[in-house]
Amino acid sequence: MEFKKRHLLGIEDLDRDNISFILETAASFKEVSQRLIKKVPTLRGRSVVLIFYEPSTRTRVSFEMAAKRLSADTFSLSKATSSVTKGETLLDTAKNVEAMAPDLIVIRHPAAGAPHFLAQRLSCGVINAGDGAHEHPSQALLDMLTVKEHLGRIEGLKIVILGDISHSRVARSNILGFTRMGARVVVSGPATMIPPGIENLGAQVDLNPDRALEGADVVMALRIQKERQDESLFPTLREYSIHYGVNLARLKRAKEGALVMHPGPINRGVELDPAVADGPYSVILDQVANGVAVRMALLFLLMGGGKA
Amino acid sequence: MKVLIKGGRLLDPASNTDGERDVLVDGATIAAVGPNIEPPGDAKVVDASGLWVMPGLIDMHVHLREPGQEYKENIATGTLAAAAGGFTTVCCMANTDPVNDTPAVTEFILKKALKEGSARVLPVGAVSKGLEGKELAEMGEMQAAGTIAASDDGRSVMDVRLMRRALEYARGLDLLIISHPEDHNLTRHGVIHEGEVSTRLGLDGMPAQAEEIAVARELSLLELTRGRLHFAHVSTRGAVQAIKRAKDRGLAATAEVTPHHFTLTHEATAAYDPDFKMNPPLRPEEDIKALKEGLADGTIDAIATDHAPHAPWEKEVEFVYAPFGVVGLETALAVTMRLVDEGVLELLDAVKKLTSGPAKILGIDAGRLSEGAVADIVLFDPGKSWVVDPEAFLSKGKNSAFKGMTLKGAVALTLFEGNPVFDPEGLVS
Repeated sequence: MEFKKRHLLGIEDLDRDNISFILETAASFKEVSQRLIKKVPTLRGRSVVLIFYEPSTRTRVSFEMAAKRLSADTFSLSKATSSVTKGETLLDTAKNVEAMAPDLIVIRHPAAGAPHFLAQRLSCGVINAGDGAHEHPSQALLDMLTVKEHLGRIEGLKIVILGDISHSRVARSNILGFTRMGARVVVSGPATMIPPGIENLGAQVDLNPDRALEGADVVMALRIQKERQDESLFPTLREYSIHYGVNLARLKRAKEGALVMHPGPINRGVELDPAVADGPYSVILDQVANGVAVRMALLFLLMGGGKA
Repeated sequence: MKVLIKGGRLLDPASNTDGERDVLVDGATIAAVGPNIEPPGDAKVVDASGLWVMPGLIDMHVHLREPGQEYKENIATGTLAAAAGGFTTVCCMANTDPVNDTPAVTEFILKKALKEGSARVLPVGAVSKGLEGKELAEMGEMQAAGTIAASDDGRSVMDVRLMRRALEYARGLDLLIISHPEDHNLTRHGVIHEGEVSTRLGLDGMPAQAEEIAVARELSLLELTRGRLHFAHVSTRGAVQAIKRAKDRGLAATAEVTPHHFTLTHEATAAYDPDFKMNPPLRPEEDIKALKEGLADGTIDAIATDHAPHAPWEKEVEFVYAPFGVVGLETALAVTMRLVDEGVLELLDAVKKLTSGPAKILGIDAGRLSEGAVADIVLFDPGKSWVVDPEAFLSKGKNSAFKGMTLKGAVALTLFEGNPVFDPEGLVS
């Protein structure tokens, strides 16, 4: 199959075949990270610019490592070290970067739609590494790869996503991705955190987390953003952890051997009980490992590697 | 100068006239209206056959940005854009820099308009000092200097006690209060309508209820204070219904709607294009339907543009960071005519929403075409199709939500007090 896309802005733009192809390509790249010399010359001479306007550990290191393992050159811009602090607009920054002829820009930005804004105006490819509460496609792809590896399939599974769905780009991308691959996605959390019309993306809503977890194959907890505390989305972190946190008792409602996932960073004792986060069913670090493989696949495919 | 407009189809809602009439203009006044007027020897004759002859339009809601933000628009360019759109009277909102909250600013605007304007400018003064919603601005002094109404447009007067005082005090002045109905506590961080589109795009939403709660609050206050209250840019079904019930009860409430709100839905924001970002936001189809019903049954008295020009570089940013607002002066008439084609409004009714409708709300003698009236006249070519190209606008603002759309009907000539302020084909000049 041929992969013709120039940008990866969201799972929204991918069909089932695209997703399968990316996951297969990612699986084939996993082996590179297991070698002693973790580098192949595939993208030698190509350059990738990482523009990160939000703090990030996993995504940023993962993209950078993915690029370097494929021998591409990488350049990083953060809000603090760029001319943003001097008042330069995103467009001006990006056009200046573009003038230096990179092959691909990877952007993380707090404003939903920022990668789309750039993709419409730049000649190079754009990867969305998370835009506001909109999408985080590479995260959903690595989540799907992790589930597929552990459970052998995605089709027919019940995926439960718990937490602040309203403000979560991970939730949106995973709802779109897993449902496109034939899974059932149920979202749960305080009603203040379930946005109107989320069903239109393919999710089912169950406001009772215990009921939602019944028979789940995958339990995904989302990070509670403590900085949103002043918006009265729930009374206290204590009450949240009691009513919506994933603990061992609640996890019993899921299927035996259900996977526990989290996009990170974790608030231990809030959305995930430490016994669950660090327990035998947690695949959180596998997610991170798969992140590198998925991002290698994306860089490879978007820079023309998929063409026959 | 005498001008005889000959052979056109006269549309004058004030006199309920729709028929072939000639109009003789003498200086700044309409000297005669009637069939087959013989051209006086010194008159310039304009062949208006195939054209519609209407009163100069009145836009009771524009932002001219002067003083203070002349890089977005100024009185000269804003009124030129008005003339190009067929408007001869515009009411400019108070959110300038400095705010129009003192007679000095009002006088400045009027003086500039007289000197540089291509249309009549009626300033709207602030309700509260600095639009801060804390203390009343000098509404009486501003009215004496020439304001036509008072409004904190762009913001709601959130302090309900202050709004009560404003309505009461304005009643003593017989001054119209214009409400921007929005409960800011419900719209905080919001950038588009709260609904399935905001959820899909991951953008913070502004629920319809933010507008409806504010409308209900103002109507409840109006019951207490009486006085005259006008609602700016009504955009939801609930707001239309509440205003209809209030009118049925005899309250002196009126309302306007913008062309973008009755034409475009929130789906238009799906590509994160800031040219579709405005406040109130574009709403779902069912609200549009209610707005059209409100126009048809008279609940909504006027069509106003909320012309809000911004510099291109201000809109060329991430959707979330872009300022609210779209321009509207140069597209409003043709977009309104779509309502006639759709069968929502009769032709005279559509013209009324842009002429005698707002004139009545404002209590001004304008928006009519009869002997003795001021010669504010627009000629409209109903058959001419054109594609909206913001770069061709006379406004400095290019932020149009109608860009690229094909519209039917174009302004052929605008006379303001008898002067050809927009005459692209040289009919008079």
